[in-house]
Amino acid sequence: MSIADASSQTRDEAQMIAAILAGDRDLYHRLIQPYELSVYRMAMSFVKNETEAEDVAQEAFLKALHNLANFRAESKFSTWLISITLNEARRWLRRQRTVRMESLDDPPEEGGKVSPALLRDWREIPSESLERKEVRALLQEAIGHLSLIYREVLVLRDIEELSIEETAGALAISISSVKVRLHRARIMLQKELAPKLKQRIPNKRRWLSWR
Amino acid sequence: MALECKHVWDYISEFLDDSLPAATRELVQKHLETCEICSAILDSTRNILILTADDRVFELPAGYSQRLHARLEREIHGANSRPEKPIQNRDILDQD
Repeated sequence: MSIADASSQTRDEAQMIAAILAGDRDLYHRLIQPYELSVYRMAMSFVKNETEAEDVAQEAFLKALHNLANFRAESKFSTWLISITLNEARRWLRRQRTVRMESLDDPPEEGGKVSPALLRDWREIPSESLERKEVRALLQEAIGHLSLIYREVLVLRDIEELSIEETAGALAISISSVKVRLHRARIMLQKELAPKLKQRIPNKRRWLSWR
Repeated sequence: MALECKHVWDYISEFLDDSLPAATRELVQKHLETCEICSAILDSTRNILILTADDRVFELPAGYSQRLHARLEREIHGANSRPEKPIQNRDILDQD
């Protein structure tokens, strides 16, 4: 379930938050329950390691709890939680930066064109192929290979299913930046994954037609 | 006016989001009907995005939820275990 699906569930989160702030702190468990997977998944797409992603997710939920009084009811709790999670993930990346020699400085935004992988035919890869660990690993790696500015947009828009506007809001960038980055992210993903997936997933139809 | 392949590639993301102006969309659509390379690129991109968004790609580690709620529980009820320094809102929302 994406964060967009979770936040569209019918429940009055503003009221839950008011109750928590008024002293019913146990209610926080229920408030965050629909977002457990999304926050972990967002963390995981940044830190690339299960234990660290879990730490980042826990920190994000704790920060949200400690700062609940600062939540403004005019925004959605899910959007606010995303900002906190992104910030925790960025904070973690900054701490790692010197260790991994990985720069967080944004690469030139519009520099160069991204071209897709050229293929002549594409046979649909069914989602059942995700039962295979190596296929899941390929997808995780490909997301991890994107630079941060592309990864953020792709995760929010295509995995958490936020709208273009919500993605722009969460990242504090313009709508046109979201569109440009999203386009590049999607094409880069296709470029890396299409040849690999085509090679790994046996094409049964072709095999049958060989006879 | 017919579109060249490399121009069609620029429109793939917006085509998938159905956010192209009608006239452009029509030009792209027309190109896709006759160009097997561009339609394979479009199909593969769409397919890959669907796979990427699947809940199975990033699975929760065993015990994640229990550990999370246990930690929250300590925080919610352990009034004495508050952090020494209150966390400021700007700490969580700043971008530095």
